[in-house]
Amino acid sequence: MSTKITNTQVQHIAKLANIPVSDEEAAKLAQGFEKTLETIADLKSIDTAGVTPTSQVTGLENVWREDIADEKRTFTQKEALANAKVTYNGYFVVPRLIKK
Amino acid sequence: MLNTLTLKKALDKIAKKELTAKQIIDDVKAEIEKRNGELNAYLTLNDNDTEIGNLENTTLKGLPIAVKDNICTRDLRTTASSTVLDDFKPQYDATISTKLKNAGGYIIGKTNLDAWAHGSSTETSQYGRTLNPRNLEHLPGGSSGGSAAAVAADLCIAALGTETAGSIRQPSAWCGVVGLKPTYGRCSRYGVIAMASSTDSPGPIAKTVEDAAIMLNTIAGHDPYDGTTTTKETPDFTSYLNQDIKGMKIGVIYTELEGLEDVSKILLDQVKVFEKLGATVETVKAMDPHHSIGVYTIVQRGEVSSNLGRFDGIRYGNDRSHFGHEAKNRIMLGTYTLSKGYADQYYNTAQKVRTLYIEDYKRLFEKYDVLISLTSPGFAKKIGASEGSAMFGELEDMLVEPSSIAGLPGISVPCYHDKETNLYLGMNIMAPMYREDLVIKVGDAYEKNSNWNSWRNK
Repeated sequence: MSTKITNTQVQHIAKLANIPVSDEEAAKLAQGFEKTLETIADLKSIDTAGVTPTSQVTGLENVWREDIADEKRTFTQKEALANAKVTYNGYFVVPRLIKK
Repeated sequence: MLNTLTLKKALDKIAKKELTAKQIIDDVKAEIEKRNGELNAYLTLNDNDTEIGNLENTTLKGLPIAVKDNICTRDLRTTASSTVLDDFKPQYDATISTKLKNAGGYIIGKTNLDAWAHGSSTETSQYGRTLNPRNLEHLPGGSSGGSAAAVAADLCIAALGTETAGSIRQPSAWCGVVGLKPTYGRCSRYGVIAMASSTDSPGPIAKTVEDAAIMLNTIAGHDPYDGTTTTKETPDFTSYLNQDIKGMKIGVIYTELEGLEDVSKILLDQVKVFEKLGATVETVKAMDPHHSIGVYTIVQRGEVSSNLGRFDGIRYGNDRSHFGHEAKNRIMLGTYTLSKGYADQYYNTAQKVRTLYIEDYKRLFEKYDVLISLTSPGFAKKIGASEGSAMFGELEDMLVEPSSIAGLPGISVPCYHDKETNLYLGMNIMAPMYREDLVIKVGDAYEKNSNWNSWRNK
């Protein structure tokens, strides 16, 4: 039993993930997804009824810190902007999200 | 040839004033100059020589340490082997970088990896693959392939890597060096470029078990900047070296698996060393590791799709069109398996099977002090082996994946050398959570009672 992934599905996922994907690449990715899903299909055969899922292994709960600014890891404005490709008046420049 | 010294020997010689760190750094640099063009172990070298010197009274005495390029180093280019971060110079140090510097380690350079640590070959690096120094026709493994190759070729004295499921241990096995994957939460992830946050574990890659223990001492411990680090006390890991293992109970797993007959025979032969040292050794059946491929694939892709969301080219780096094929593959598969209608079928099922592995280990550790398996199902694969395979890494890492998703510590120690190919096999020693003491104790005992370590007799 294999899962069929269409190019349209891949393009939809690509849009959700904000990754540009060409049609040629979409076909290659679809093929890879199908193979991967086939390889891991054995999981469905395992009886997991009543099993509690594990999302983390440390057992730690409610790890808090003081709600104060930590000077040691505060950037100056100059440092914060140091790796940005485009800045304007000390701000990051972001793509326009709202249509004109 | 001072670059061929182990960390321990180098520290001793500096302490006795027979050598200076500068002399060792010079030899390491000369060797890098000679061999890195071919091996491609380093992506960036640290040319800040002002950091060298006056470190004789520190733990690492100014010795040159290689750091995997997904670990942030202040003002030193950090790419995670992806052109998305081609010109990224972190404005801060990862906690383990800070600890390494505070301990007197000199970061000699940043090592190649599979882009974003996605892989087990270093072939997905967007800066070219690294070659295995033991045999240039073969891969070093990965994702910490650059660090393992740098150690194997004596292009550093020791190195740091990171492991999510095999990324320290597998390249260490393939390159014939020692790799220690600490318990999840033993070493801080702060400033390590995130891959799968619920399993990412930084750790040392070194020439001997002793060197790995010294390195773990310098990077382990609670970090207020990483809420998942343990508040348990950090022991002196070197205190577990040279210990008697008499009376210890050792379980050997995964030797019955199909296709592993030849290599399992080697492992079963090698574990007799422990019997000679007075331990009891039994083969035992553990939960089938094949299922961990599915668990790991789903958990890892899911966490990757979330973690790599931050790379938008606004605050740092280039935009998302720079992602290579493997990163796209993983981000998008994670997006798919976490999406409405599929999350229960995939993600939640995977997290339940993860629980079954944890319970299976608990059962085994009631009877055994440590568990041993092979690190990798075989010797280092030839270059080009990973290309076109969407699941290369998962299959190569199958024997270490169950312990990774369970958060357990493990060490890979060379346990066989093939004279014809000059390639190695690694023995993977695993222990319960926070019991690095046991893997160091057993790994050290094995190393000192076998002939596979290429530095011990130098």
